[in-house]
Amino acid sequence: MIGVLSYLVFFATTASILAIAVLGLNLQWGNTGLFNGGVVAFFGAGAYGTLILGGPPQEGMVGGFALTYPMALLGGMAVAGVMAWIVGLLTLRLRHDYLAIATFGVAVAFENLMRNAEWLAGGAKGVRGFERPFREAIGDGFLYNLVFFVAVLLILIATYVFLERLVASPFGRLLRAIREDEEAAQSLGKSPSRVRLTAFVTGSVIMGLAGGLYGTFYAFVSPQDVLPTLTFQVWAMLIVGGAGNNRGAVFGAFLIWGAWTISGWALSRFAPVEAQLYTGSVQFILIGAVIVGMLVWRPQGLLPERLIVSQQGSNPVNKRGE
Amino acid sequence: MIQNLIDGVLTGSYLSLGAIGLTLVMHILRFANFSHAELLSLGAYSALVFDALMSGLVPTLAEKLAPLSLTWALIIAIPFSMIVTGISALLIDKLIFRRVREKGQELSMVFASFGMALIVRNIIGLIFGLSPQLYSKDIAFAMVLSLDPLILIKPDQVFVLVAALILMLILHLVLSRTTFGYALRAVAENPSLAQVNGVNLPRTIMYVWLIGGALASVAGVFYGLSHQLIPVMGRDLVLPIFAATIVGGIGSVYGAVLGGFIVGIAANLALVVLPSGYTPSVPFLLIIIVLMIRPHGLFGEARA
Amino acid sequence: MLILGQPWMTNVVLEARELTAGYVPDLPILRGVSVRAMRGKITLIIGPNGAGKSTLIKAIAGLVPISAGTVNFEGTDITGLRTDRLASHGIAYVPQNNNIFRSLTIRQNLDLALRRGSANGVAVLDHLFAQFPALAEKQKDKAGSLSGGQRQFLAIAMALAAEPRLILMDEPSAGLSPKATQEVLEHARVLATSGVSILLVEQNVNQAMRLSDHCYILAEGRNQIDGPSDDLRNDSVVGEIYLGGRRLRSS
Repeated sequence: MIGVLSYLVFFATTASILAIAVLGLNLQWGNTGLFNGGVVAFFGAGAYGTLILGGPPQEGMVGGFALTYPMALLGGMAVAGVMAWIVGLLTLRLRHDYLAIATFGVAVAFENLMRNAEWLAGGAKGVRGFERPFREAIGDGFLYNLVFFVAVLLILIATYVFLERLVASPFGRLLRAIREDEEAAQSLGKSPSRVRLTAFVTGSVIMGLAGGLYGTFYAFVSPQDVLPTLTFQVWAMLIVGGAGNNRGAVFGAFLIWGAWTISGWALSRFAPVEAQLYTGSVQFILIGAVIVGMLVWRPQGLLPERLIVSQQGSNPVNKRGE
Repeated sequence: MIQNLIDGVLTGSYLSLGAIGLTLVMHILRFANFSHAELLSLGAYSALVFDALMSGLVPTLAEKLAPLSLTWALIIAIPFSMIVTGISALLIDKLIFRRVREKGQELSMVFASFGMALIVRNIIGLIFGLSPQLYSKDIAFAMVLSLDPLILIKPDQVFVLVAALILMLILHLVLSRTTFGYALRAVAENPSLAQVNGVNLPRTIMYVWLIGGALASVAGVFYGLSHQLIPVMGRDLVLPIFAATIVGGIGSVYGAVLGGFIVGIAANLALVVLPSGYTPSVPFLLIIIVLMIRPHGLFGEARA
Repeated sequence: MLILGQPWMTNVVLEARELTAGYVPDLPILRGVSVRAMRGKITLIIGPNGAGKSTLIKAIAGLVPISAGTVNFEGTDITGLRTDRLASHGIAYVPQNNNIFRSLTIRQNLDLALRRGSANGVAVLDHLFAQFPALAEKQKDKAGSLSGGQRQFLAIAMALAAEPRLILMDEPSAGLSPKATQEVLEHARVLATSGVSILLVEQNVNQAMRLSDHCYILAEGRNQIDGPSDDLRNDSVVGEIYLGGRRLRSS
């Protein structure tokens, strides 16, 4: 029983962490219409940043600053934000595919750098030796995982509330205005590229937060954690859940992570041994099919964006009748 | 150094072929097609199938064309593979991209293209296996171009370069001498004005996929000749060919050609200063440099 | 409807009836506009911004979907035809801006615009170059290197390359100097005299009214008034309401 429970906690922790990343992507893609082809790079920046800043000093590595945990996590988020800021600055005034390509490139280069730069990130071995916060007080094992899960859940809820407020704020309306009609927004005297940059950096910082939590959870990160697969998974979560809708984003994260876990388990359990090698291929085909299928048959996702009519503020009846 | 330059030119020849189709699609259909590199894999693997088929049917075709490791069977397989890949590109557009285009915005197409890339890449993996394959088991002996310093070049590489240049020349002649070529360029510049001038837009888009797919298939075969065939080759090629289109300027065919060579040469020259592990990052660095100093590329025009 | 069968109907080249059209299905910009273009005449369409002038031309050219009404050209119903079939019907359309291919040479622009399968392509081209000697000189240059006025002439030459019987012109004077505007409009007159019918949208009300034969005034997607251009030009009420009042008379 404790085994099942323990696994459920483990599953829910990972899904919640991914849900935070999906929320970050939703701000970029769902609310602002920005394509991030390198989710994993910003996620990875948070993970590596947190572990390098918060980990113990290690021989032959610049890292290991042993900062207190909240500082390390914030630092990881800042690394993700700075990366997003540079990429956004270079691409957001150009047509949208530049951002798609550049962010995809960031992900390739990030993984490549982490894999090779032993002095920075331990190379293929990854970053080890990280001490999880409060481990001494709580101890290892199930209890720690449970406490950690609750913490992640609280952070997920905080992120959710923050984004809901942001989307309902004048800034959120501006984001949608720019997404729907850039020229009209521009004529109102708003600089679309600056607003988009803000949204892009904020979304990436949230992905960095997710990455930081992920790194903390495993107390270890390696190039295997920053493969493009993660980007595809996070997209599928958002597309399935419903871009533009934060509830959909969280729902999609749990659904897709569940499907991914179950399909991986089922393939390893029931597929013939000689086909085991191809488990990954089958899972990738499935995730590709989910992305394409949703876009062809139900582009609005399972929980579509609730269209907020801009006059609703002046008409409280309509608001309630939504 | 000179060896790296030569290798770079050879890398550039297949990157250029891949980038031409990509830049046309990006400009005319207005989306970054992340599945374009999978057309290279598709082309490379279908050539492998036709090659085996030809050699099986007519064993004499399987003889090497010394000093090349290339066989007649493979040469005959190339046009077949071009057709298969071109038609596949067309089918993918008809079945997937057009539907997404009609339902959503341009960015949905980018997502869909990533999804298609995953599907195509892994289906190839399921069919052909994950381990690398070669067109020819024979080792092609390298020719020594110059002894001081020692510079090596394989006959196959010369063939690849010459063939790529011939294809580009043909494309250049079509674009600069025929009304069909003008129509393609017109659609790239201004689709609705092209229609006003009597150009059938849906049919032109079809030709763009056919041409892009056919060139990608040749690029894939040449990649396979220079390296080896692996199902994930598209994953490794997608960033370099995107970099080629951005360096050249999205929409410019000549830019794509030049961009392909620049990316190929830069990636190989980088080996002089950077450890080889960093080679996959070089296209990204080029993209960043171009975006900083000349965002619309060498030949690109600002277009909203 | 009453006018059907009237003898002068034979001179009607194009008739748009009760056109409702717009870019978005539920948001029509045209709400029941009717216009007629007569053979060998310049028919002018004017009106304030947002009146639907350009939309009318684009709807006729098949670039904006028509939700109600019909377009009839020389007795054939061409409502909502495919834009790339315009030329084969004998209609040419000169868009307002971006009406040439900058990356093609002048000669390539014209080659593209020449009617496919037309046997006398070379003759048409010679005729065009005789008409526009400035283009003949620069035919190997990129069209993007032309000046604004020359671009407009190239656009008109491209329209003529298809040997049309009707030309739809959308604000040919947009962005041109007064001198170039005068040249372009005068050329339109020459074309009309040679028998080509022209449906012209213009902001340059003054010059265009002098030169056109018949004038329609649109506002808010509807017909307001129409009549011979000279009559409208001298009508003080029309002048006051639609043509910017005093400005017109003082000029």
